[in-house]
Amino acid sequence: MTGQPLIEMRGLSKVFRRDSVEIRVLNDIDLQVHEGDFISLMGPSGSGKTTLLNIIAGIDKPTGGELRVLDADLLSMSEDALATWRNHHVGFVFQHFNLIPVLTASGNVELPLLLTSLSRQQRRDHVVTALKLVGLSDRADHYPRQLSGGQEQRVAIARAIVTDPTFVLADEPTGDLDAESAEEVLKVLAGLNQEFKKTIILVTHDPRAAAYASICHHLDKGRLVRQ
Amino acid sequence: MIKIPLRYNIGSLLARWPGTLMTAGGIGLTVAIVVTMMALVGGLESTFIETGRDNQLIVIRQGSLNEVNSYFNRDLFQMIRFLPGVAKDDRGEALASGEIIVVINHARMGGESSNVLVRGLSDMGFVLHPEAKIVAGRRLNPGLREIMVSRSLSQRFQSMALGDSIRFARSEWKVVGIFDTGGTAYDSEVWADYNEIAQDWDRPIYSSILLRADSPAAADQIRRRVADDQRINLQAISQRQYFAEQTSSSMGIRTLGFFIAVVMGIGACFAAMNMMYGAVMSRATEIAALRAIGFRRRSILASFLVESLIVGAAGGIIGCIVALPMHGVSTGTANFQAFSEILFNFRITPAIVLRGLLFALTVGVLGGYLPARRAARTRLIDVMRE
Repeated sequence: MTGQPLIEMRGLSKVFRRDSVEIRVLNDIDLQVHEGDFISLMGPSGSGKTTLLNIIAGIDKPTGGELRVLDADLLSMSEDALATWRNHHVGFVFQHFNLIPVLTASGNVELPLLLTSLSRQQRRDHVVTALKLVGLSDRADHYPRQLSGGQEQRVAIARAIVTDPTFVLADEPTGDLDAESAEEVLKVLAGLNQEFKKTIILVTHDPRAAAYASICHHLDKGRLVRQ
Repeated sequence: MIKIPLRYNIGSLLARWPGTLMTAGGIGLTVAIVVTMMALVGGLESTFIETGRDNQLIVIRQGSLNEVNSYFNRDLFQMIRFLPGVAKDDRGEALASGEIIVVINHARMGGESSNVLVRGLSDMGFVLHPEAKIVAGRRLNPGLREIMVSRSLSQRFQSMALGDSIRFARSEWKVVGIFDTGGTAYDSEVWADYNEIAQDWDRPIYSSILLRADSPAAADQIRRRVADDQRINLQAISQRQYFAEQTSSSMGIRTLGFFIAVVMGIGACFAAMNMMYGAVMSRATEIAALRAIGFRRRSILASFLVESLIVGAAGGIIGCIVALPMHGVSTGTANFQAFSEILFNFRITPAIVLRGLLFALTVGVLGGYLPARRAARTRLIDVMRE
């Protein structure tokens, strides 16, 4: 870990309000993420892992504390500005893949590129490269319903990395997969980190998945414990 | 602004094809009715507007709205036909025809009766009505109780086929010819010899004089001379203008058509809105994924609006196709000015088809806007938490 951290948070907290009840989801979180880190965030359900990931991605906002992500002041950005920022810097991998069912694998992977100024040919080249990286070159014209769970998640990873974002956030990417498919997906993520030094934050409650990361943080009742 | 690919919208519509088809079908039925109403109004109005020539004048009594309630002494015909500017044929005869209009009540094919105009005209009248083509039988002979019936009338009214006889006034009149004037107002008339009509009705008067002018300038001159001569108490109107002013009989149908279009359009909007709300609700995670990738709210809004427009356009095409068979269908309505039935054809023109499509697109936009706005306002964090 060298240089300025990409992500730095100090005393970060997040409180939800349900009617008159306050639910403290994150409590006094201090965390730094440097370029090239592969970090896993582990913890039981309700420990705040996904909330922390959403805050890093600019999807949610903290209630207190300091947050710096790539020197951007996410807290003052509008929703549309955050959307543009995410397109440039964040690749998101969801637990349930969230592929668009009526687009092919290449159509799904191309989506983030439609927000760039790349030409049609350039976009096609990027899509081919991304699908090759995840080992699905021969599935480019298949629809999600024609793919296995592991293949769908790999397409989702290709979509997440096609714009070469600054970091990849993966929220329980193996949660819906069998062991074999989960291993395929985790190997892809590990490969992206080792070969291309991609910064990855992985949220999981599976110790086998967490083992692929180089740094493992444990969240318990909203507090971060470094392991 | 629309960065989400069109194939996403088309694919989504096809994936939910039953709902898409029903909504498009509903919009299509609305468009079909709207197009048919416009075709009805257009057909009725064009019947009047396309009747007549600019170089022919109709002379009627001052203050009369039309030939039916106009009458004047036959002596005035001699005065009018020799006015400077009235065209003459090869033999030097003035191209002017004194005509009488009477109204008869006759049974339609279905049994119910309706008023029909009978025009008594002279031989010169046939010269001044060149649009009349005999499609069956022959021209009537003067001095006999013979009539010629328009093709449209012969198809809608009893005993008006070639060879039939009908009774009106004091005599039996034989149908010796069927004519067609190409969709003009004269297609709603029965023609007979002027003298026979005047005699049978015991009305030695003219309802109108139809004449042809040498030129537009001559027509203006004749018009002024007739208007300026207070003794004769007549007015001369361009034949084309005369019939154009009869279009007031279409006002009621036009108003009714507009009302029906608005009411049905509102219903179609709600149908489109219902379908699109369903689409938005079922695609919340897709919308969240698009927002997470970086698509802005306005891209989501535009994309769903486009989707609604596609459904509207599909409905518009369906509606126009469904309405097309009405083109050329013959029907009739009451001409309140002439106290008779006016026959016309539904006319679906390219302009009407375009208006029908625009109507459908408007329904698509209005019905899709609120759901599209809902989609654009989907809070990413709420969907992520769910």
